[in-house]
Amino acid sequence: MNDQHESVYDGLLGGDSSQWAFGTDFEDPLAGVDPTVPEGVDRAALAAYCLMLGDDALVLSHRLSEWCSNAPELEEDIALANIALDLLGQARLLLARAAVVDPSSVPALPEGSPVPDEDRLAFFREQDAFRNVRMAELPNGDFAHAIVRLLLMSSTRLALMERLRASRDQVLAAIADKSVKELAYHRDHSARWFVTLAQGTGESRRRLLSALHELWPTYDELLGAHAACDEVSAAGMGVDPTTVRVEVDVVLEQVLAAAGVERPAVAPLAAVRGRSGRDGLHTEHLGRMLAEMQVVARAHPMGRW
Amino acid sequence: MTHDWPLYEVFVRTKRGLNHVHVGSLHAADDQMALRNARDVYTRRNEGVSIWVVRSDAITASSPDEKDSFFEPSGDKVYRHPTFYSLPDDVPHM
Repeated sequence: MNDQHESVYDGLLGGDSSQWAFGTDFEDPLAGVDPTVPEGVDRAALAAYCLMLGDDALVLSHRLSEWCSNAPELEEDIALANIALDLLGQARLLLARAAVVDPSSVPALPEGSPVPDEDRLAFFREQDAFRNVRMAELPNGDFAHAIVRLLLMSSTRLALMERLRASRDQVLAAIADKSVKELAYHRDHSARWFVTLAQGTGESRRRLLSALHELWPTYDELLGAHAACDEVSAAGMGVDPTTVRVEVDVVLEQVLAAAGVERPAVAPLAAVRGRSGRDGLHTEHLGRMLAEMQVVARAHPMGRW
Repeated sequence: MTHDWPLYEVFVRTKRGLNHVHVGSLHAADDQMALRNARDVYTRRNEGVSIWVVRSDAITASSPDEKDSFFEPSGDKVYRHPTFYSLPDDVPHM
């Protein structure tokens, strides 16, 4: 008969069985998107902005990947790995865009190295050139810590990406469009677990409150103002994070209310001489994380993978 | 540490399919979590556009012991098949 399939996998075959291992009908999120960099913005600022969003995703993705084989349930292990991969995909597109916008931001490698620009940025930059928020780089704690961090970062990132869809930079707009769908699920996943843990047992609630208390000092930085963001949003290509604070608060209040949890009253983590994660000023944890993340790539600057 | 998360059966419908197909099972604490676990575990490779999850203990299945009396009798009743009509060539969709 026409569209009846014995197995759900039969529906994937476009008649060519050699495609099976790789699926079919893949959509390239940047297909047909105009790659020219619009006029009217400082290239270094736009590249810095791409790196901010890209590094948030890259660093958080790495921390989430550390849960692989360690999550409390098999299904949750796969869920966290999926989320890490979603974020890695966003990071790759954003880092690639930063390289196109400002090639001078890409670390130099020996002549003839086949390493692509986005990989050079990910694996050959020093920690003081990373522009992620400090919440992303904190080492993993327990499962409650993972859920709280994912809730806070996915809620803020979703709000930013929703607005970024209107960017004058067509590539950023396309990246934002793809990211919104992924982030909606990340926020849904973490919010449900947040409520489940808060309303669960005495121990799950204790751990959740402890994680919230521990992470709250680094929350303000997620939507903090920055000169590069101001520059890029004034040019119509980026989003000033301070403009989404209210809508993110509304969402978090709903989650906190459903969980029966109070907003913590903890002071924000201080900047150091006015500099924080967005300026390359990081906690001691990022250096250690990058040492592990970058060591293989750095050992093979002429490597192809 | 043991837990008592029930087992769920998962059914997925492909983009061009008309019916949900059984793809496997998983554990979850409740129906909503089962749906999300199914999305995470069984639709990673763009397998489908719709998911049904059903608690395994809600499914009543035929027993292998009854196979003969359930299914064999229909094997020799050729008069139940519509094979004795002749269709004109221009009748579509049959």
